Amino acid sequence: MAQPLGPKAEDALDFLATDSLLTEDEVMLRDTVRRYVEEQINPYVGEWFDEGIFPHEEIAKAIGQLGLFGMHLEGYGCAGSSAMMYGLACMETEAGDSGLRSFVSVQGSLAMFPIWAYGSEEQKQEWLPRMAAGEAIGCFGLTEPDSGSDPSSMRTNAKQDPGGDWVLNGAKMWITNGSIADVAVVWARTDEGIRGFVVPTDTEGFSAPKIERKVSLRASVTSELIMDDVRLPAAAVLPGVSSMRGPLSCLNEARFGISFGAVGAARSCYEAALEYAGSREQFGVPISSFQLTQQRLVDFMTRVQQGTLVAYHLGRLKDQGVLGPAQVSFGKRQNVRMALEVAREARSVLGANGITTEYAPARHMNNLESVYTYEGTNEIHTLMMGQAITGQNAFT
Amino acid sequence: MKVVVCVKQIPDPADPGALDPETRTLKRDVKLILDESDSYGVEMGLQLVDNAGGGEVTLVSMAPNNEQSGLRTALAMGAASATLISDTELIGSDALTTAKVLAAAIKDQEPDLVIAGSESSDGYTGTVPEMIAAVLDLPSVTAAKSIEVGGDAIQVQRQTDAGYDVVDCPLPAVISVTAGVVEPRYPSFKGIMAAKSKPLDEKSSADLGFAADAVGWAGSGQEIVDVAEAPQREAGEVIEDDGEAHLKIVEFLENLKVI
Repeated sequence: MAQPLGPKAEDALDFLATDSLLTEDEVMLRDTVRRYVEEQINPYVGEWFDEGIFPHEEIAKAIGQLGLFGMHLEGYGCAGSSAMMYGLACMETEAGDSGLRSFVSVQGSLAMFPIWAYGSEEQKQEWLPRMAAGEAIGCFGLTEPDSGSDPSSMRTNAKQDPGGDWVLNGAKMWITNGSIADVAVVWARTDEGIRGFVVPTDTEGFSAPKIERKVSLRASVTSELIMDDVRLPAAAVLPGVSSMRGPLSCLNEARFGISFGAVGAARSCYEAALEYAGSREQFGVPISSFQLTQQRLVDFMTRVQQGTLVAYHLGRLKDQGVLGPAQVSFGKRQNVRMALEVAREARSVLGANGITTEYAPARHMNNLESVYTYEGTNEIHTLMMGQAITGQNAFT
Repeated sequence: MKVVVCVKQIPDPADPGALDPETRTLKRDVKLILDESDSYGVEMGLQLVDNAGGGEVTLVSMAPNNEQSGLRTALAMGAASATLISDTELIGSDALTTAKVLAAAIKDQEPDLVIAGSESSDGYTGTVPEMIAAVLDLPSVTAAKSIEVGGDAIQVQRQTDAGYDVVDCPLPAVISVTAGVVEPRYPSFKGIMAAKSKPLDEKSSADLGFAADAVGWAGSGQEIVDVAEAPQREAGEVIEDDGEAHLKIVEFLENLKVI
């Protein structure tokens, strides 16, 4: 018979025994990614954040060997995992840093997914195996300087000349991995609607300057994409889609991963606060013995566990093929809000030490400001859910 | 090249549990994991097979309670198959009995090379690899930091206090590997999924021809008569710097004969 679970110290990190909702394989994958992050990322990521660097070559190789790039896709060197496993990988990578999870989810959900879902056989063969192995990096160009939450107002355009070549003009903004990418999936307005283009980044007329002076996602490469008469062969277009459905379906994949990832970041903040509160003494006793601190710690734990349950439930729905976009909005909106609140309060448990990158909470807090905004702002997800429950469109 | 790697599944050192007051041995009724010190042997075996351009790594483990999770980890790293010897008769086996049982399982496989960690992270007897070699009448090289295969022999760099010895050894042989000499790979996602369908052969000690009184408490020649808490480290000496502290530190080090 199962033993009743009491509030023992060793259950502090999984109070509701949520591991019991996972299969053995899922636990093993989760533990492997967790170990990788603890050994290879956590000791260094504070410094990367300070210096504004992301050692992408080394990390791409390691993540490729772990098999996490495009892991939820089938064939072409991809692992064909469940959505749940992809979510768990996002949870553990974001427990390290939102920049690391962004690197993995942009590669898999935003760059590989459209090639896999809408690409020609030649495009798949050319890019997916190398991207799965981490030998080629991808980025995704949808957002523009003047086109964020309303992507269909994009100005980037592609015109097909009589010889069949496409000529791409325009600019994209806030593009994760842009300056380090070997290939960009760029969405552009055409006479036939919104089309996706597979653009090798060494094509003439393409450039990707890095965006500096960020206070968030500093251990991540964020770029502009500038396309000045970029000439592409007819075969560069993604043949499978010619509407906003294309980019939005990619975002839906990535947002699903963020529902998990944000919980990882929140868990990391909670763990940091719990550990700190247990060792920091004031008035002759650990601050974890104070009622006000305990209330905070219990609140973090509760919210992290709730977020975990939401993420796991979305994972199971997605694997059953019944997860709708507004339900993904539920996870993205709620779990990121939760994580941001936990990060801010966890920072204050750490007092002055909490404002340094010696500890994780302030770094997560700053990162989560980006996560709150990207992949559909908090407001956009609110409106998607509002539309879902009222039947009324409040976007304009 | 066929390499057998001996792996032990141990209680998680982060949550090691307790000693059984009656037997004075570690309780093993918790979930067991792959001993990290064996992950180096697994990695070395996988690298040797890769370099040889063919062959496989198989695992041999003895564990109570049919524990498999540590073996699954090593299979997910890339080992081809595993043999688990597990039955209640084996509980209480000492190092020599363990070596006899493992040797019997290894012999069936006729390997070119047997690799084991120098010592386990829970029992620390540090004798099983050499005992296996003795039981199988094979040469034994201890504390290997690297192994190079050349035809029917290997050249081993053997860690010593002063540096390392270079030892030539004919195959088959039993080599113990020092922790930390290679970087064990993380199991890949594909490896984790593949591990589920890799052969894991479960055997009892009787299957290997051992009578019940030849293994476990009954078969062991050793008894743990006492265990004691490790003594607390004594407080160090604090030298206040009154301008002469460096002289006291030099004197202290001279007394220790380290300078």
